Amino acid sequence: MLKALQLEPEKCTGCLQCEMACSYENEGVFNPAKSRIKVFNFHDEGRFAPYTCTQCDEAWCLYACPVEAIAINAGTGAKEVLGDTCVGCKVCTIACPFGTVNYNSSTGKVIKCDLCGGDPWCAKACPTGAITYVDADGTGMERMRAWARQGMPPAGASVNAPAEKEIPNYESA
Amino acid sequence: MAWTKKVMRVNLTDGTIGEEPLNMEWARQYLGQRGLASKYLFEEIDPECDALGADNKLIYTTGPLTGTMASTGGRYSVVTKSPLTGTIACSNSGGFLGPEMKFAGWDMIIFEGKSPKPVYLYVRDGHAELVDASEIWGKSVWAADRILHTRHQDPQLRIACVGRSAEAGCLYSAIINDLHRAAGRSGVGTVMASKNLKALAVRGTRGLGGIKDPMRFIRATEEGKKVLREHAVTGQGLPTYGTQVLMNVINESGALPTRNMREVQFEGARNISGEAMHEPRKSDNRPNLTTNAACFACTIACGRIATIDQNHFAIENKPEYWRNSGGLEYEAAWAMGTDTGIDDLDAATYANFVCNEDGMDPITFGATVAAAMELYEEGVITTRETGGVEYKFGSAKALVHAVEAVAGGTGFGKDLGLGSKRLCEKYGRPELSMTVKSQEFPAYDPRGIQGMGLAYATSNRGACHLRGYTVASEILGIPEKTDPLVSKDKAGLVKAFQDATAVFDSSGLCLFTSFAWTLDNVAPQIDSACEGDWSAEKLVEVGERIWNLEREFNRLAGITGKGDTLPPRLLKEAAQTGPAKDKVAELDDMLPEYYELRGWSTDGNVSDETKQRLGL
Repeated sequence: MLKALQLEPEKCTGCLQCEMACSYENEGVFNPAKSRIKVFNFHDEGRFAPYTCTQCDEAWCLYACPVEAIAINAGTGAKEVLGDTCVGCKVCTIACPFGTVNYNSSTGKVIKCDLCGGDPWCAKACPTGAITYVDADGTGMERMRAWARQGMPPAGASVNAPAEKEIPNYESA
Repeated sequence: MAWTKKVMRVNLTDGTIGEEPLNMEWARQYLGQRGLASKYLFEEIDPECDALGADNKLIYTTGPLTGTMASTGGRYSVVTKSPLTGTIACSNSGGFLGPEMKFAGWDMIIFEGKSPKPVYLYVRDGHAELVDASEIWGKSVWAADRILHTRHQDPQLRIACVGRSAEAGCLYSAIINDLHRAAGRSGVGTVMASKNLKALAVRGTRGLGGIKDPMRFIRATEEGKKVLREHAVTGQGLPTYGTQVLMNVINESGALPTRNMREVQFEGARNISGEAMHEPRKSDNRPNLTTNAACFACTIACGRIATIDQNHFAIENKPEYWRNSGGLEYEAAWAMGTDTGIDDLDAATYANFVCNEDGMDPITFGATVAAAMELYEEGVITTRETGGVEYKFGSAKALVHAVEAVAGGTGFGKDLGLGSKRLCEKYGRPELSMTVKSQEFPAYDPRGIQGMGLAYATSNRGACHLRGYTVASEILGIPEKTDPLVSKDKAGLVKAFQDATAVFDSSGLCLFTSFAWTLDNVAPQIDSACEGDWSAEKLVEVGERIWNLEREFNRLAGITGKGDTLPPRLLKEAAQTGPAKDKVAELDDMLPEYYELRGWSTDGNVSDETKQRLGL
């Protein structure tokens, strides 16, 4: 069963735990500037939105790469950057319709979400359940259904308390 | 290591910027942030210096856990000498600025001297430059923030800035970062403006590495997060209602100082409470509160994001206030609501917005308006002084007038910008100022919460709830319940809270975690991140050392044990309603025992023996 990241902006508090977990897993330092997942702060609207690669079925980044440095991980379905092959030409960053492939100036290569090999740290670190790693077939459908049921956004405040969960194990990755 | 071990030193007088290693010997004794910067300030300035002169220094300081995955690990502090109190000032703020300093590679930035013309400091990783600020001088924090983001073309730039109030010399101006987080108390913003320093703009892309034992650290932070989410206050109360969860609770306890502390309960409390912020308003069917929001790394998310009713008189034809911004916290709602007798949620929210927009401490501002209202009702001041507005208790019009006047430093705002102590002295009624060491009380009446009387009287930065929050024990039963109406045995409680608080404030963590965490939860997070051995016992000693260092600074600044007192109203006028009826603040019953427990002389000086024991 393929799994995917499910992002629910209405649950996000903007704490950036996901950005720190991501950067630590990938870079070995806490560094939101190098995170593969980003949280946008829509200040005037009072809303936050986490955002990362959706692992498109038809991944334009992969097709655009002139040196075949982006490959599909058969286990996770993630489109992964092969660091040794990437020449840093940035064509994929232009090809991506969502802006989730980015150039890392300190390595001269591009970076994008690779689902941490099937155990994404951002989902583990998210305190409110705004980022979860679930059955890929369910992600889009469930959200659309919930939205349809709701009809209109609630009139009340949207308050997010920490969600119940077990202590995640980061060592398994 | 978690510290970056680098300090930036900015000499504003001659415009030079240098880099030096962090003094690690001091870090082992004072940990970071509040403690460590206090040590630097203690060693580097004359405590008797003019707080607004070139000899004072202004230190932006982070803790070792600032910029890490530890929950709430995003705090920074500003340490300087206060122009309001004359004591050491240390104001703590969240948001995103502190971590950005660490990601750029800096534990601390020390500003010294005074710039000949307005400047701001722009930092991008190892690059730092003082930039001409003529375009943003005279502008509000919000306007300056927009201009700097546009100029540097970087939405991720994190900015701390002072507003027009600070430029005008208001003595309780705050430093505002990320639009609505504040290093709020004691006039740290006034000091910044006195140096012709308008803003600090930071972008860090290097990140923070060097965690001593990364997997143990991450495990320890996750265990800490679990404790936070399973605790009623940090897991439910704070996310849902913010600190405003307290308004009704403290009112029922008979410890809600009302109308300049003449009373201890407010009939309008419900209307400005956290619960009220959730209720849809009549005009547009939307609640005041839009959502809760987190500071960097915080898994509690107590921040309030709110709107004002567009039909409210305060913002009619002012679309710039029709958007979301930082909403009311408990202390602000109390100061600008309860203490002024105003139960108008939208007016208080507007005043809160303006305090953020132009950088004022809402506690001192609101309490000063309350004092002005009492002066007005006593006939000491009239509409001649106020500029035509009737300063009656309960008048939202007066509040709106006051906040705009202080923000812009105009008219009666110049008087109000002095703080209540100097305002009441100016008009010959010093006893009407509800202050300790010239700083206004926050939202807990010591007649109804006895421990807070001692905590206020002995706070090293003047009256303050964030130096020893015995409310946790006396009202909320954390870590164990004590009787709020009893002064016996409170000396030890106050000391324990003060020392532990100094540790939280020096770690990079938010003090609000201490509703759920003790130092036993904090120690493993520090120990796995930082070199050296950090047990809870060692941290307690660090906290006590910090407390005594601050006390010594104040003594050398000329502020002694004589200042450890409360206004006569609290010592002599008994509460008239509620559970604390007939009680006064029983300070005299607690103070001598407190001095003894601290190892101080009977007149409140740190003894040589205590200095030696703590390595001062």
